[in-house]
Amino acid sequence: MNVRPTILFVSAALALAVLAFAAAQPAAAADAIDPAADAKAFQKYFTSKFPKLKLEDFVNGPYSLNEDMHRQWVEKEEFPPYEFSLDMGKEMFAKPFKNGKGYADCFANGGIGIRQNYPYFDDKEGKVVTLELALNRCREANGEPPFSYVKDEMAALTAYMAFTSRGKLFDIKIPNDPRALEAFETGKQYFYTRRGQLNFSCASCHVQNPGERIRAEVLAPALGILNAMPIYRSEWGGMGTISRRFTTCNVQTRGVALDPQSDEYRDLEYYLSYVSNGLPISGPGARP
Amino acid sequence: MSLIRSRMPVSLLVLTAALMTTGASAALAAASEDDFKAAYAAAEAANKQAGLLRDQWSATVTALADAKKAAGAGNFDQAVASSNEAEALAKASIFQATSEKDAWKALEIR
Repeated sequence: MNVRPTILFVSAALALAVLAFAAAQPAAAADAIDPAADAKAFQKYFTSKFPKLKLEDFVNGPYSLNEDMHRQWVEKEEFPPYEFSLDMGKEMFAKPFKNGKGYADCFANGGIGIRQNYPYFDDKEGKVVTLELALNRCREANGEPPFSYVKDEMAALTAYMAFTSRGKLFDIKIPNDPRALEAFETGKQYFYTRRGQLNFSCASCHVQNPGERIRAEVLAPALGILNAMPIYRSEWGGMGTISRRFTTCNVQTRGVALDPQSDEYRDLEYYLSYVSNGLPISGPGARP
Repeated sequence: MSLIRSRMPVSLLVLTAALMTTGASAALAAASEDDFKAAYAAAEAANKQAGLLRDQWSATVTALADAKKAAGAGNFDQAVASSNEAEALAKASIFQATSEKDAWKALEIR
């Protein structure tokens, strides 16, 4: 007598469970981390927004979006303002540490032509390793004090390493490791998250408004934005690294910048570099 | 008209009384060092929470510094006012960070 209601109850419960599972599937699929799909959509967004530009032109930032600025840039490149830093970096790179070893001993291929592979995900550490971080780790491993991450020596070293990699295509790898995928996702979240009193995200300027002016500056597209790093910025009156670019951006939104090479910035660099895979290294660069 | 005229003095009286009361209470409510310490601690706690959310604002830091400077000069009214401003800014940054936990997805290129 009591069996029928029980069967009905169990059937209803099963049906509800199946429905709930089915409903959960699209949501899970939508939230799945898919860097390749993200990169494809990212590049398509910019190439559709600026259909006249070739993919490789995006690495020249605002100079590709504004004809007058492009002319100035072509002239500027005859005597580029980053040249002093590049020479300094070349010299520093060749000079051995006190223990006789050098930067070349810390990197694949002696550190030449490898910029396009940074940042990478270090599965032992479980974190993203940027070129700036790797350079300071190299120094510390050889008994040398670390450099400031934002300018001067670090900018000079990365300028030289970028220069030896010019024309090579960004080739950032995201291994099939949940921690690497998480790092990519965290970087993406940082990129799109509004912060600071001005309530700006990185995307507010570099996705929604590239080519537009913010005060006197023409905003660069996010696609290829790191390919030209490090850069000489007239606004800074000197060279700056990726760390400097990130911290300055945060300050400009009236936020308090994080420490250079904090996990968030490393993940942000990982994300931004990966979505620019296939674009050539053009650093060191110059910007207004 | 007569009704208005008859009410005007009453209104003025009320206004004067209100102003006097406000002035009197302001004079009575001059902030103390303890008031500053309490207001500053609240602002600092809120800013610390914003820091945990990785979203502190530079204006908060400035307001906190202003509060300390005013307190150092013995101007506790200003110190409390700056502390309150810092707390309000810090709370706004916390709101921003909390709401952006999901809101960022709206900007994402898909």
